[in-house]
Amino acid sequence: MSKDRTLGETLRQQGISRRGFLKFCAATASMMALPPSMVPAIAAALEKARRPSVIWLSFQECTGCTESLTRSHSPTVEGLIFDAISLDYHHTLQAASGAAAEAAREAAMEENHGKYILVVDGSIPTANPGYSTIAGISNKDMLLDTAQGAAAIVSVGSCAAFGGIPHANPNPTGAVAVSDLVKDKPIINVPGCPPMPVVITGVLAHLLTFGTIPDLDALGRPKAFYGKSIHDRCYRRPFYDKGLFAETFDDEGAKKGWCLYKLGCKGPTTYNACATTKWNEGTSFPIEAGHPCLGCSEPDFWDGGGFYKAISTPTGDVGRAAVYAVGAGAAAGIALGAMNRAKHSRAEKAHEKVTIDDLDKEK
Amino acid sequence: MAHMTDAETLPVTAGESLTYNVQPLLHEIRHALAKLLDDGGHTVIDLRSIPLAPGEEDRLLETLGRGEIVAQLSALGPSEILETRFPGVWLITHYNNDNEVIGRFIEVCRLPRILQAPDEDIREAIENLEAQLALQTGER
Repeated sequence: MSKDRTLGETLRQQGISRRGFLKFCAATASMMALPPSMVPAIAAALEKARRPSVIWLSFQECTGCTESLTRSHSPTVEGLIFDAISLDYHHTLQAASGAAAEAAREAAMEENHGKYILVVDGSIPTANPGYSTIAGISNKDMLLDTAQGAAAIVSVGSCAAFGGIPHANPNPTGAVAVSDLVKDKPIINVPGCPPMPVVITGVLAHLLTFGTIPDLDALGRPKAFYGKSIHDRCYRRPFYDKGLFAETFDDEGAKKGWCLYKLGCKGPTTYNACATTKWNEGTSFPIEAGHPCLGCSEPDFWDGGGFYKAISTPTGDVGRAAVYAVGAGAAAGIALGAMNRAKHSRAEKAHEKVTIDDLDKEK
Repeated sequence: MAHMTDAETLPVTAGESLTYNVQPLLHEIRHALAKLLDDGGHTVIDLRSIPLAPGEEDRLLETLGRGEIVAQLSALGPSEILETRFPGVWLITHYNNDNEVIGRFIEVCRLPRILQAPDEDIREAIENLEAQLALQTGER
């Protein structure tokens, strides 16, 4: 399919009517969290948009992000991927493998130099390049090489955005985020474990529609999706305001659907779109299913001191101490191990049940 | 928002209105109707952008009910465009080819834009019909 054709022409050639196009635009606006009044502007922009080349690199990851995307129910994501963008390299989805796949990547890079969108999922090991390679190329080399000609980089998932689970203490592979290695390109972080499919496609749709980087927060996340905390948009929020909490997973409060704050919900410190967009065709999200938010779209969520500890419970300051320990080189692992043991006993001593009185004190 | 008012007085129990967003939405629709009469202003509300507890969307749709018109659109999967029992208030649900909901909107207008034939299509219709007529004349 020609890349010179506009999206409007491509869709019409496939027999998609203008009404179908309008429907696509309405769903796209909703997906991009834009007001419906923007639909005519989106339609005008998409009509003229040309298909950008997309190169998708997967490093230390579990393929959950790709699973999330390909299970997406958003306006025919297949349509978005195959019509609206030209996905030139994605080693899970493409038919080619080995040398042929790498040749496709190199050809796309050369042909679209300076214009292609680079999508990355997974973190990059820096301790030993052998931990993760593709076609014999280390993840770091492939990232730096491919980033050079990219117009923008989308770090999909918490691993690419913040290091994620591979980066979790004690980080055996020396995993880092894309932004730790690439400093001279615009990077859009789309964290989550996995990110919401509509957020992934929403960001791609934004790049396609407007050709600009969306407004980002301090952590490089698009504000349209990460601008509000889960807590602020949670339907259980009125219970929090009223001091009604589930204390265990099977008590009366849990059965009545009260707030999960005391069961460790990270909603108050987590910024994501789950509470309104929801998962599985808009069916529900973790809190609606009765489980606290794990905070998976925040940096170091795995090292937050326990998924089931209320966030005001003392957890020690492992994150900060670890940063200082990195400077100590080889000693870091040993120091961290010792600190964890000390932290563990300290936390046990310091552990207190959070009462409603404690919560009131915070106000 | 309602839940920002005195929390102590909120009658919170499971199964009842939780987010308190249904009532304000109905008020927004009422204002949009007045605007439609006043200056022809067209309002679209994206139901995905508003926090609603389980059952609240159903309650909203129940209140709006079904009116006289239901239209089906087949383009990139089915869509249902129905006028609620309040004339001028339309509920539009877009599905993809797998019948999964990809968008749900309330439109307050005389006739949703998606039902109206676009000018470009009408122009093409003239060309196509003329070609058809020319063909038939040629056959005779």
